[in-house]
Amino acid sequence: MIKPVPEFAEELAANGGSSAMLCFQCGTCTLKCPSAKYTSLRTAHIMRASQLGLKDEAIDGDSLWQCTTCYTCVEWCPRNVQVVDVITALRNIAVADGMLHESHRKVAQSLVKFGHTVENNEKIKALRKELRLPENPPTVMNNTAAKADLDKILNLTGFDKLVK
Amino acid sequence: MAKYAFFLGCITPFRYPGIERSTREVFKTLGVELVDLEDASCCPAPGVIKSFNKATWLAVAARNLALAEKKGLDIVTICNGCYGSLFDAAHELHKDPKILDDVNKILSEIGLKYSGKTKVRHFAEVLYKEVGVEKIKKAVKKPTGYKTAVFYGCHFLKPSKLKQLDDPEDPKILDELVEAAGAESMSRKGKAMCCGAGGGLRSQFGETAMKFTKANLERMKADGAEMIVDVCPFCHLQFDASQKELGFDLPVLHLSQLFGIAMGMDAEDLGLNAHITPVKL
Repeated sequence: MIKPVPEFAEELAANGGSSAMLCFQCGTCTLKCPSAKYTSLRTAHIMRASQLGLKDEAIDGDSLWQCTTCYTCVEWCPRNVQVVDVITALRNIAVADGMLHESHRKVAQSLVKFGHTVENNEKIKALRKELRLPENPPTVMNNTAAKADLDKILNLTGFDKLVK
Repeated sequence: MAKYAFFLGCITPFRYPGIERSTREVFKTLGVELVDLEDASCCPAPGVIKSFNKATWLAVAARNLALAEKKGLDIVTICNGCYGSLFDAAHELHKDPKILDDVNKILSEIGLKYSGKTKVRHFAEVLYKEVGVEKIKKAVKKPTGYKTAVFYGCHFLKPSKLKQLDDPEDPKILDELVEAAGAESMSRKGKAMCCGAGGGLRSQFGETAMKFTKANLERMKADGAEMIVDVCPFCHLQFDASQKELGFDLPVLHLSQLFGIAMGMDAEDLGLNAHITPVKL
């Protein structure tokens, strides 16, 4: 049986998703959602589950991760629900509960390792050289002191452990 | 001379360095100085890192903003993702002094501070609003002439209440910019549709992302497009890398590359050999 979680409203608000409470279920977000054409994502359903404290209903399964954050729903919402912020909040809650797809973990680990979500490689280095660009751009990945600063931030926010 | 901190992001320097080269050339030609934002990191990516942990996203973005502030410069980005991420982060930090304070406590550990002075700009916005279409037209040596499907992507214009750049349903900025380069911007529906890559879809649900991309390509092809022009390396990657499998062959150019061609850059300097869908000029 589906059980509501009474504290869920607070958890959602603490993660920046309180505007879900404004939703009056007109369904415009779902109608306008490009992902809904192809996937099980039903934004209006997620907003309702959030209002009712149905945490599992809101965060379980693939639906939550099938939003591209295109903001079309936010443009059309007549109640000014910040739908993408709600989805982001729910995703944060899901990840804190240990629900992180392996492909996403890899992207996150790349940030921890290189300071970028995409890595450089030999082919690109050669092309950069051809284009009279330095093989490595002058970013955090090319300066160990700067990388240590970034590492410190990722450690202070607990991100390094979260995505390990 | 206008001057900006140049934010590279990830996909441009490590997948399409031709976009970096073209942007540097085009801005130089137009008299806008780009200063490298040394030590910058990933913005970080809004659809993934922000989805995993918002506090981390905000602190890392604030570090990038603080690095630019130290130089006394506004940031210019060449990617909708970087633009959305840094713009939204600056907005969040601006609207709530408590959040700004918390983030600055973290930044103080690495000797940085963000006060809110540095603003975040999209390169197409700078071209349109600061440089202007007339000046661009004067810099064009080789009008390009392609029948072009402009592709705005999502985070350039949306959420429009915050960005306030153009009508997200019927935008004009890129159409006018592309026409300034001597290309024809086709009147078409779906200019501001989503490419499908964002929000972590490309990495986790690649096949779903492709369905978005296919719908876009079908429309463009039916309208008779000869070329796609984008303003986001992630849309660029999505269109460039997926067409072979989807059975399409529309060349994909970032706006900086189209401008590079129009302003007389050598074809070899556009980095087109990094493109998976061939671009024949």
